[in-house]
Amino acid sequence: MTEVAPKGPAIEVENLVKRFGDFTAVDHISFQVERGTIIGFLGPNGAGKSTTIRMLCGLLSPSEGRAFVSGIDVAKDPETVREHIGYMSQKFSLYGDLTVMENLRFFGGIYRVPKTILPERIRFAVTMAGLEGREDFLVSTLAGGWKQRLALGCAILHRPPILFLDEPTSGVDPESRRRFWDLIHSLSEDGVTIVVSTHYMDEAEYCNTIALINRGRLLALESPTALKKRKLGGDLLSIECQDIGKAISLLEGQPGILDIAAFGNAVHLLVDPAKVSAGDLESRLTTAGIPVDRIGLIEPSIDDIFVRMVGENSPQGGAG
Amino acid sequence: MRWGRIRAIAVKETIQIRRDTRSLIIALFMPFMQMILLGYGVSLDIKHLPVCVYDREGSQNSQALLKHFQASEYFSIIAVLKNYREAKAALDSDRCRIVIAIPYDFSQKLSDSGGSTVQVLADASDDNTANIAIGYAQSVVDGFAGNLAVAAQGFGGSPAMQNQGVDLEERVWYNEDLDSRNYIIPGVVALIMALVGALLTSLTISREWERGTMELLISTPVQPSEVMLGKLLPYFAIGMLDAVFCLVFSVFWFHVPFRGSLFALFFTTSLFLVVVLGVGFLISAAIKSQVGASQIAVLVTLLPTSLLSGYAFPIDQMPPLVQGVTYLVFARYYVTILKALFLKGSGLADLTRPVLAMGIYALVVAFLAGRAFNKRLD
Repeated sequence: MTEVAPKGPAIEVENLVKRFGDFTAVDHISFQVERGTIIGFLGPNGAGKSTTIRMLCGLLSPSEGRAFVSGIDVAKDPETVREHIGYMSQKFSLYGDLTVMENLRFFGGIYRVPKTILPERIRFAVTMAGLEGREDFLVSTLAGGWKQRLALGCAILHRPPILFLDEPTSGVDPESRRRFWDLIHSLSEDGVTIVVSTHYMDEAEYCNTIALINRGRLLALESPTALKKRKLGGDLLSIECQDIGKAISLLEGQPGILDIAAFGNAVHLLVDPAKVSAGDLESRLTTAGIPVDRIGLIEPSIDDIFVRMVGENSPQGGAG
Repeated sequence: MRWGRIRAIAVKETIQIRRDTRSLIIALFMPFMQMILLGYGVSLDIKHLPVCVYDREGSQNSQALLKHFQASEYFSIIAVLKNYREAKAALDSDRCRIVIAIPYDFSQKLSDSGGSTVQVLADASDDNTANIAIGYAQSVVDGFAGNLAVAAQGFGGSPAMQNQGVDLEERVWYNEDLDSRNYIIPGVVALIMALVGALLTSLTISREWERGTMELLISTPVQPSEVMLGKLLPYFAIGMLDAVFCLVFSVFWFHVPFRGSLFALFFTTSLFLVVVLGVGFLISAAIKSQVGASQIAVLVTLLPTSLLSGYAFPIDQMPPLVQGVTYLVFARYYVTILKALFLKGSGLADLTRPVLAMGIYALVVAFLAGRAFNKRLD
């Protein structure tokens, strides 16, 4: 709870490596996180997001490289790091056989929140989580969204300057996810640095910075907008047509077509605008006997970026 | 170490125990069940042993002696035999454990030389019972006339005991009635405390691992020693409560005398609790599943405590190698202390060595338990 002089980045990671036997879960990752920002770790399951977060919380020791949280070396002084952070683990890990209040009081005690402040902090957490009137419910009887918000409430009782949230919204309904992100934003506005991992690509748009992670490697570290602009290197077209499979085999590898992939009932193409136009493609498909329902330029989503980058990154050309 | 954190953990643990049926059963019901089962079930006393008699003389004297046997609470005469063949058959078929044979010249020798012999044929396949039975037979015969001797002959087991006709004046101290319950109950108390203590704490860390709450707990600034103390405090209180229950039950239900100092009892019980709770905690930290941890806890407490602590089977009658092993069994010291406190009325000053041994044990276990788990996942 001691405020460290707000100088330098909140988190600094240099060539961080974590190996489990022969398996390299985190492979030379380096990045910095500015104070008061939200960084989203994005990637498929098993990409190394949780492992990185656990190293930053001092739960796993790095195999190589260095990491500083609030300027403190996590390998050398994990205990001091723990004073400065709040953590929500991937698996829900409050005590199900304790009530909402009992959990809050427990973590208040563990974080040594002074007795004079604790009631007010607990009230704040209860209000934030929308748990008024449920203070005496056993936590195991709460629905997912409430559990998640309570876990966040417990993690911020001691007002940590840095929060690590490992897949906080997994398995929670969209309404609760939305509400949870509102909370994260208001915390960020209060100056809290937040590291959040997710495999929901749409949630990336809520972050200030995105760290795209796949197979233990950091593929990109940028704001969502910059990432979309820079990484694509072409126009993104969406074609809705009858026979998607046939359309893909017809267009794949043609000059000017940089990438092609099926997205639901549509085909997304990354094209070089100098060589290929929408009208051009439409006539080509119609000639081949594939009626086109709709064709047009689209705003790329993080999904598009991710699929494309993972394709570049792995020799097999697909994400795990 | 911060008291606030220890208190938070102790409070949390207490709430969890209160809401966990399994813990409550172990803490409150198990001591009662074991007290009843072991208090009544285990008895080393021999009473109303089935006996056959073969009276070759059939005189007034011989009948008078047999009446003495019948009157003794140790023996019940179940049959009168007519020859040695029947005696052998009775022993072989387990109808009786011993046969008392009175020689044809019993009365004559008694009046002529002032001494005669009664023969005891004992089934010594259970040599302990046989020895005790022969001893009792001797005391019955002694009671009849000081100049009678028992010529004992064992079957199937250890060599027979030959009484040389030397008078032994017995004075039994501490357990004057030679009631084996008085001897066993203090040991039962140790057994219960060991089992309950280790079983309860064996669940405490493994439960956190199993439910995933440990990951969050170790992400906080809490120290392993604070977790240890906070978790063991409520169990220590339960253990003390169980100790009081055992004491009250032993004294008022089983009428085992308690002659020592209560302070010594609670002081040594505290030491013992630190050891068993710590051992359970260590197991729990090493084995991350509740079922596995509780099974190992039963194995490392129940087995050595019941076999090697001297609670029912005297240590000085074990082979030297096994006797050496018993020094490692922490319950042995507590059993020694309890027996001394209950029966001999000893104080702490008389028990320096076992108390010291338990103190060392408690320190080592507490030290190890304080660093039983590290706050890392790898």
